[in-house]
Order: sequence, then structure tokens, then C-alpha cells
Amino acid sequence: MNFFLRRLLGIFPLLLIVSLLAFVLVRLAPGGPFDRERELASPEAERLLREKYLLDAPLWKQYLNYLTQLFQGDFGNSLKHRNHSVRDAIAQGLPVSLWLGGLAFVFSVCWGVPLGCLSATAKHKGTRLFADAASMLAICIPALVVGPILIMIFAVKLRWLPVALLDLPAHFLLPVVTLGIYYSGHVARLAHQGIQSTLQSEFIVAARAKGLQETTILIRHVLPIGLLPVVSYSGPLLADLLTGSFVVENLFQIPGIGVFLIQSSLSRDYPMIVGLAMVYAFLLIFLNLLVDISYRRIDPRIRQN
Amino acid sequence: MTWRAQTLALSALAAVVTACGPMSLPPADLVIINGKEPESLDPVIINGQADGRIVSSLFEGLTRHNGAGKPEPGLAERWRISEDGKEYCFYLRQGLHWSDGSPLTAEDILYSWRRVLDPASACEYAGILYCVRRAKAFHRGEIADFGEVGLRVESPLALVVSLNQATPYFLDICAFPTLAVVPQNLIERHGDRWLLQPGVPVSGAYTLDFWRLNDRVRLAKNPVYWDRDNVVSDIVDILPTSHPGAALNLYETGAADIIWDRDLIPTELVRLLRHRPDFHLSDFFGTYFLRINIDQTPFQDPRVRRALALSIHRQRIVEKITGAGERIARHLVPPGVPGYESPDGLAYDPAAAKKLLEDAGFPDGKGFPPVDYLFNSSKLNEQIAVEIQSMWRENLGVKTNLRQLEWKAYLQDQRELRYGVSRSSWLGDYLDPQTFLEVFASHNGNNRTGWKHAAYDALLAQANSAITAQARMQRFQQAEEILVEREVPIIPLYFYTTMECYASNRIIGIQSNLRAEHPIRLIGRAFSGIEE
Repeated sequence: MNFFLRRLLGIFPLLLIVSLLAFVLVRLAPGGPFDRERELASPEAERLLREKYLLDAPLWKQYLNYLTQLFQGDFGNSLKHRNHSVRDAIAQGLPVSLWLGGLAFVFSVCWGVPLGCLSATAKHKGTRLFADAASMLAICIPALVVGPILIMIFAVKLRWLPVALLDLPAHFLLPVVTLGIYYSGHVARLAHQGIQSTLQSEFIVAARAKGLQETTILIRHVLPIGLLPVVSYSGPLLADLLTGSFVVENLFQIPGIGVFLIQSSLSRDYPMIVGLAMVYAFLLIFLNLLVDISYRRIDPRIRQN
Repeated sequence: MTWRAQTLALSALAAVVTACGPMSLPPADLVIINGKEPESLDPVIINGQADGRIVSSLFEGLTRHNGAGKPEPGLAERWRISEDGKEYCFYLRQGLHWSDGSPLTAEDILYSWRRVLDPASACEYAGILYCVRRAKAFHRGEIADFGEVGLRVESPLALVVSLNQATPYFLDICAFPTLAVVPQNLIERHGDRWLLQPGVPVSGAYTLDFWRLNDRVRLAKNPVYWDRDNVVSDIVDILPTSHPGAALNLYETGAADIIWDRDLIPTELVRLLRHRPDFHLSDFFGTYFLRINIDQTPFQDPRVRRALALSIHRQRIVEKITGAGERIARHLVPPGVPGYESPDGLAYDPAAAKKLLEDAGFPDGKGFPPVDYLFNSSKLNEQIAVEIQSMWRENLGVKTNLRQLEWKAYLQDQRELRYGVSRSSWLGDYLDPQTFLEVFASHNGNNRTGWKHAAYDALLAQANSAITAQARMQRFQQAEEILVEREVPIIPLYFYTTMECYASNRIIGIQSNLRAEHPIRLIGRAFSGIEE
């Protein structure tokens, strides 16, 4: 419990550093949020606009003001979507991204782990080759290619699945596979390496000598240790998946926060960029904490230390 | 943390996520792919046609556009124009109501227009009202008393507008989405967030059912709209799509009825699509052109600028690169403005170009510094830049360095005149040469070439105070002649076309017109509820 609390409290200074870095770095990019092809007809209007969003104040003052707002739970107003606050955008987009990312995570683990097991333990050479090829293919083909191929086959030609949007559960299927397949390849490779090295350990030889069945050895002794690399990869993997994917969200017209990450950078929407960076950082840190906790559960050696 | 506590926490998280998950919506009667996510649906904030189309459906002005893009009576049933054309008295329809049932009066229009001119609103299109007496001074903060501006409520149903001079396109301006009528009470109560409140009172054909960022804007027919009997579709979904693949897939599988954003149809697909009966190409009121930085050597010399213009083979660009039936542009104002004829401009003449460059002291381009050609990242812009680079090299012996920047960085460099030649475009707001020609007036913030020309400014001023329409157009023509034949701070390349996908036998209510004005209230499926 102490360990958990200590780590949880450590999140706050880290988030503060992330906010400062994001706040400063984004302002180094050329151009500003209100630069447009069509100039404002009145310099007075331009001045008032900058004043309204405090963009005319010194940077340190802007940051202090931002922090004050932040402590009140306010991420500020979007400078591109001026009717919306950053909190509105995150509240609308994050649940969608969590859904999509969570399902893609489940898909990548449920597809990747058995594939890794198969490639590490199959007796038949052809099966091993198939499993290896499947995981390498998943890693090598980017979502940008997988997505359109899946859409072409299952949505446009066969008309089995919807082509885009997010109205019904069936709409999730193609985006989840597109997003998760790349990561499933990584999970399969990590599982393969972990299981293979565990299989060569002395305690497995001992288990075999004791006459335990191969399936029992695999499930009770090999997998808990062999899948540790997968567990440690799960933290950043989940953070990556949960914070949305620009490519997949764009391709399937999904209203997550991945699209905002890119759009807000291009439109110099400062509060949105900082807000999203903090959400991403929080998820990354928090999920890594969960990984550490699960490590302690799975591996008795860590628990004892 | 115990296993039980962790399980509980995870279950709670799962419950929250599930509650926020997708929900099935009743199907819409019409689904339109409109382009990028609207920046706003507030008339004073919008900055593009895609946003404007939605706004015009929610909020109406004194006039509104018909299917042909012409102004017709909107909230105002009729108007009286003074003999000198400087005063308009608009009479509102009897019994006008906001969608929440409260009465809509001339005071609402006055408030909405005042809001456009209020510098604190930072309205991008406020300049459109500069034709109103003292409006410019108020907007620029030179006067504080709005009473001095030429707007007066004569009665709850009558508004009088006094103009600086006769403005033939004023009724067209009144239909512009920026001047639509908005609810004062709600705006004053909720500030920037007024559009997110439930049940926003609207003055137009549709109410805002919901607006989910990057998902859709759903419009529902306004039951108290004065012309509700002629609103074709009850529920309309507007999809903000910025990925051409997603847009075409939605359209091809019947999930969307219309695509009307040209950016969603990639150039490489145009050649394939243009022979299909559901692909519609028509002229558009916009021009693709190059700005030349007059502050940079050797572009101060008009002979050099003319040489650059004369050595561009525009026909090659529209045939080889754009391929969507664009017309070549040798002048800035696109054809189609009633009563206006642009000058001929400079045709492709490499020999004359070479001679001009020689006269300017650069025989065969010798000694000519490399041209810094700036453009914003896009495949089309890049292809055009490469083509022009090779034309200038072949025809003039001039070397060109291409510089590609992302949008905001490109805008900053263009505004600060950090370029030699810069890719540019302009779309007209109303059907009049003024909307294009005023851009290059010396004082105009959109000029961005460093070019200042007293005679050009004087001609624009004379045009606006001309007594007859013919004299007005003549002044504009003379001004444009200076711009594209004599001084050449810009080189027009081609006029845009609109590209729209919809099946004419299934979708009714879309008429092609120069400004691609397609009021949503007129559009619907031809056979609602019947699957083909």
C-alpha cells in the first residue's frame, strides 16, 4: 500500500514538469493560433482577441495563470474550437479512445500471446514458421495499409461490416483489428522470446524430470515467468492505445482524442496541446504503476525483495 | 491495495467507460460530408464555407440564399431602397419566432450586427459590414458610440440601414452567415459556450440537435421556422471528415449522401471520377494565384514580374496537374460577375518574357538571384511549384528554390514577407469584383505583397462612389488592369472548380452555382424511405 501511495503521489511533480515542457515547447513553433489566410480587419480586434486569451502576457505569467486554472480543474479554452473548452473535447473524445484502445489491447494480447506460445512451443516446423510469419507480418504492415485493405474487403466488397463512424458495437471491429494487429505482433515476439528462454531454465528441466505434463508445465511454470516481458510492455502499450491513434481515428471517422493531438499541434491550439500532453503523461505514468503492481503479483522474486 | 479493492476500482472504471460508449442513433434523412470539423457554429467566429453552410441552416439573416445562390427574402419579408441607393429599410415578417417560441424582432438583428462589429468579438468577416455608415470606425475602435453607426430600429418589425454609398451587392451581404441573427439572452448568459447549451434558440430552418466534436453535427427541422413547409429533410447529419478515403468509403457504401468538400477528392482520383454521373464539376468563385514580394530585389522592377507571369504556361498546369476542368486565370476576378468583364491579362509568351528580363538587366537569366518559392504543404501545391520551377528555368534561365512549410509557418512567412514568390488563393464572399480587388489595396492586411499603388487605390474608391453601375464596373476593370497587366504583384494561375459527389436521381435540391451555395433546407432524398 505504501509503495502504491508513494508512486501515486510521485505522479504530480511529473505532471507539472510535463505541463511546463509542453507549455513552453509548443510556443516555439512558428505561427500562432489566430494566424489565418484572412487577416482581421481591425488591429483593435486582434489586440482584444489576444488579450482575451492572455496571449499578450509574458510567458511566465501565462503559465502561472494556466496552473491556477488547472488546480481548479480547468484546462482552459480551446483556441481553435472556441465554443469548446479543452475539458469538453477531452470528455467527448477520451471515452471513445479508451474504448477503442482497451479493445485493441485485449485483441493484441488475445491474438499475440497464443501466437507467441505457438511459435515458441510448436513441435511442427510448419506451424512454427506460420506463427513467426504471422507475427512478423503484423509488425511490418502499418495501420495505414492494414486499415484500407480491411475496409476494402469487409466493408466495401462484402458489406459485412460498417465502413466508418461509431454508432453500433459492430463499428468497433475493423478499427480494433487495425489498431491492435501491429501491437499483437510485438506481443507475440515478446511472448516467444520470454517463453523460449524460460523453457531452457533449470526449474523446467526439474519439472519435466518430476514427470509433470507438458501442458501443466507450460501453464503453471512457464507462462507466469515467460510472459513478464509482455507485462512490462503492457504499460506503454496501453498508454499508446488508450490515447488514441490519429491514423485509425481518421480512417474510420472515430471521434477520439488521437485526432485532436495532431490537429491541435497544426493549429497551434496551445491549451489543447498541453491538456492532451498531460492526459497522455498521466495515463503513461499510471499504467506503468499498474504494471509494477502486477509484476509484484506475478513474480514471487520481486515480492520477496 | 487488496485484490478486492483493485477489482472494485477496475469494475468502476469499466462501468464509466461502458456508460460513455457508443449509442445507436435514429437514422438521419440526409447525411452530408462537409469537410473538416467546424471551428465554430457561431456566426461571428466561423471562417469558411463549410462552417457557413451549417450556420446558415441554424441562423437566418434578413435575406437568405436560394438554390441558385441569389439572395431572396429571409427574415425580412420586403425592403425599401432609397433613390440614391444609400438607405435600406427592411420589414420583418409578422409573427417571427425563435425556436423556443419567443418573438424575434428588429432589436435582435441590431444586436447581432452590433456583435459582428464589436472589436471584442474579433469577427474575421466584420469587414463585410464596412459599407454601413461609420461601421468601420466603430469596429476599429475609433468611435465608441454605436448610435453613430448607420443602423436604426424604426419599429419592432423595421430596421433602417444607412450605407456610405450605394452598394449593389448589399442584399447578397445580408444573406452572409456572419450577419445571421443570434439569441442575445443566451449569449450574454453563457459567453463562448452558448452553443453548447441545450435547446439553443435558432432563427433558421434547423435546430441544433447535438454537436459532437469530430463525430457529427445533427440538425433537426425547426418546427416554428417561418418557411417550415419547404424544408425538405427532417433530420440532417453533417459529418466532419478530413480523410478522403473515409469520405469516399462512406459515400460509396451509401452511409453518406453527399460529399461537397473539394479537398476530400484527391487530384489523382478526379480523372477516374469525373466521368461518373454522380460526380459534379462546376466553376467556383475562387482563384489560385502567386504573390510576388515587391520588397525583395529584383522584384521591385515590374518588367521582372511581368516576365515571370508571361513565362507560365497555365494550360499545362490545368491539364497536367489539376485535371478538374479548371479554367486558366490571367486575371484575378473569376468570370461570372454580372455586368463585369475582366481585362485580358498576360498570356503565355516566353519570347516576350525573355525580352523583358533582358531589358531588366538579366539576359538569359544571368545574374538573377534564385527565386524563393514558398508554398504550404500539399501534393497539388508541390506539383504546381515543380512545374513552374521548370517553366522559369526553361523559358527565362531563372533558378527557383522551392520551400514547403506547414500551414501556420507558411502564413507567418507570407505575412512577414519572408518569400520571393508565394502560392496563394482567394475565394469571393459576394458576387462582385470588390471582394477580390480590395485585397490588394495598399492598406489591406491581406495584401501581403508589399505592393502599394495610389492609382489602384483611387480607382477602387472611385468605383465605390460611382453613380452608375456601368461606371463602377469600368473603374474596377481599370484597377484590375493595373493589377494583372501593368504592375503584376500577383500572377493568377487558374480558377477553382467545385467537386461534389451526389446522385442526381436520388438527391434533390442541389443547383450548381458559382459560389456553391447549397442551402441545406432545400436538399433531401428523392425517395425517402425507399431503398433502391
